Amino acid sequence: MDLTFTADEEAFRADVRRFIDAELPADIRAKMRLGRRFRKDDLVRWQQILHRQGWGAGMWPKRFGGAGWSVVQQHIFEEERAAAGAPPQLAFSLRMVAPVLMAFGNAAQQEYFLPRIISGEDWWCQGYSEPGSGSDLASLRTSAVRQGDHYLVDGQKTWNTLGQYADWIFCLVRTAAEGRAQQGISFLLIDMKSPGITVRPIITSDGEHEINEIWFDNVQVPVQNLVGEENRGWTYAKFLLGHERTNNAGIGLCKRALAKLKEIAATQVANGRPLLEDQRFRDRIAQVELELMALEITNLRVLSASATAGRDIGPEVSVLKITGSEIIQRIAELTMHALGHDALPYLHEALELEWEAGTLLAEHYPAYAPPLTGQYFNLRKTTIYAGSTEIQKNIISKLILGL
Amino acid sequence: MDFKYTEEQLALQDTLRRFVARDYGFDQRRALAGSPLGYSADAWRRYAELGLLALPFPEAFGGLGGGGIDIMAVMEIVGRGLLLEPYLSTVVLGGGLIRDAAAGALKAVLLPGIAAGTVRLALAAYESAGRYDLAHVACRAVPDGDGWRLSGRKHVVLDAPSAEYLLVSARSGGDVADAEGISLFLVPRDAAGLAIVAYPTQSGGRAADVDLLEVRIGRDSLIGAPGQSLGIIERAVDRGMAALCAEALGIVAALNEATLDYLKARKQFGVPIGSFQALQHRMAEMFIAAEQLRSMAILAAVHADSRDARERRRAVSGAKAYIGQAARFVGQQAVQLHGAMGVVDGLIVSHYFKRLTMIDMTFGDADFHLARFSDSGV
Repeated sequence: MDLTFTADEEAFRADVRRFIDAELPADIRAKMRLGRRFRKDDLVRWQQILHRQGWGAGMWPKRFGGAGWSVVQQHIFEEERAAAGAPPQLAFSLRMVAPVLMAFGNAAQQEYFLPRIISGEDWWCQGYSEPGSGSDLASLRTSAVRQGDHYLVDGQKTWNTLGQYADWIFCLVRTAAEGRAQQGISFLLIDMKSPGITVRPIITSDGEHEINEIWFDNVQVPVQNLVGEENRGWTYAKFLLGHERTNNAGIGLCKRALAKLKEIAATQVANGRPLLEDQRFRDRIAQVELELMALEITNLRVLSASATAGRDIGPEVSVLKITGSEIIQRIAELTMHALGHDALPYLHEALELEWEAGTLLAEHYPAYAPPLTGQYFNLRKTTIYAGSTEIQKNIISKLILGL
Repeated sequence: MDFKYTEEQLALQDTLRRFVARDYGFDQRRALAGSPLGYSADAWRRYAELGLLALPFPEAFGGLGGGGIDIMAVMEIVGRGLLLEPYLSTVVLGGGLIRDAAAGALKAVLLPGIAAGTVRLALAAYESAGRYDLAHVACRAVPDGDGWRLSGRKHVVLDAPSAEYLLVSARSGGDVADAEGISLFLVPRDAAGLAIVAYPTQSGGRAADVDLLEVRIGRDSLIGAPGQSLGIIERAVDRGMAALCAEALGIVAALNEATLDYLKARKQFGVPIGSFQALQHRMAEMFIAAEQLRSMAILAAVHADSRDARERRRAVSGAKAYIGQAARFVGQQAVQLHGAMGVVDGLIVSHYFKRLTMIDMTFGDADFHLARFSDSGV
């Protein structure tokens, strides 16, 4: 047992740090630092910069154009990325649809889509949930009916993240009504420019437009956009969820959020002293920090066990998802509380990078304040999305504990 | 980066596990806990044969040169088997102090004695007025001719009744809570003027209050530099806490297994109670707690030997705080899920729970260590 990094890994860390320091555009860095609103272009630019370095997809195998990083290298990259305040890469493209294409897609699909993902040319979004199908995903009803060399897709997807930017959507659709609900599902790739697709924003409790509902009205999808076999989509979907949840441990994100919380608590003043010197508040930070210290090691244990065994991560990923999602919520809550009364103002325009506080407000309202309360509201999603905490506990109890 | 025990560590665990299964069943343990000695002299001899008692000592003194992870591997099974022998006191705390700070001649006598199973030690470092503070030392050490004279009291000294020697912290200078001025002495338990009041502990072990009244000891009984011993004592206790974390880890794993078996076997309303979602989710939470707790025990074990006091303290106090809370959760819920069976003396569940609880209460509870972690620079 050994928690140290090798000399090679430390050298890799230094490379990553140097690269991000030199290449991360100043405006993106500032947006991350101040928690200001992101645009599509910000994330695409960053993906292009990473791609030029050969780091567009660290976690992909080399034969698909990835960097083929080890589990430890991926961890180091994420840690450094988050610490430096570089934005995360688009999970829907890189960590969700891409692994499915690698495992189950045909050569033509791999050759067409994967290079466009890694270069940032295509933006992918996810079409899983439906109004009547949340945790019970297999009950989904969006249908795809085969007509010659096309499917005709009809139905409605919801809780779609950042689909307003997307070039493509990967969808679970129903191709058969017989048998168990899981058996009639297929995995389709759909061009967002196809006639018959309507994207409508859903505004979340932070007042932002991050998610959408998407309507499909007789949308024609070429049969070559079917991944794997018809009616086998549920298998691919579960495979994808495993990859999605790994990322959801979000160690890098949590560490950065914790560091920011401490910084803010050291700046805010309570009773004439830095809030961080208030024992009661500091103990609450310490408590969540301990949970995060444990999760960081648990995460590495799970990843290294699967790497050693040469298998994909199993249901133990639910432990990571549950714990990581709760940690980021607790940090967001403490960060909002650190603001005191400055948590109250809702200034929609203050999330733009150029915004500065005017008279009076500038006397008390710090530049880091605008996003914090909204983030607290927004991050209530983390224990709900990608399989709610309750679903994860069902998974643990069935697949690990055998109950 | 590697999270696996070595082949040797796994083999050692396996041997110890088989010993527990064969010779240390629940009824045997209960009988031992109620016996005058409070543990098994046979088991102690067996540990000596297996090399467990020589594990952390240098090879030059007949030891095996093991480190924090080796101790973790052993303590995990100590927890699983609820073993009563004074391993923590003699090998980890006492033996560790002798190894780190005693003069060569003393080491040459004591370490092989510990390894052979003939020397047992107890650390007498806490005083009642100081609660969990190792720097609170009112016990006095006064130079006396060629040696020292000790007077004072130590409370709840673990494993003192069976120890051949006590390691006593006493003040040779400074004020009662000063970090400076604390010395460490090796005192034979049968020294004139040393009285002990022995009692069993809640988790089946033995402890004692120790009264020292003008106890005369020789010059060579001083361990380490006079007045400078707080650091080495703290380091030893940090190692002891890392070992306790590993012991808790073993107990929690065993307790979760027992609870899971019970959920599958126990029927109510015509079905196994493990089919109820409220209980499934509780069990899932206990599983998560055990995984997180294992990670913290690893962190503590890896840093337990560190000479960087701040780094060591953050890891060990952090782990002790976290594990105190997580083990309390698992212990309480295991009792709850066992229903009334969880509160009877005749089932192992209550014994696991009591040992977990006493681990939290030993060397500082979760609140104490959370504060220490928090104050050390969140």
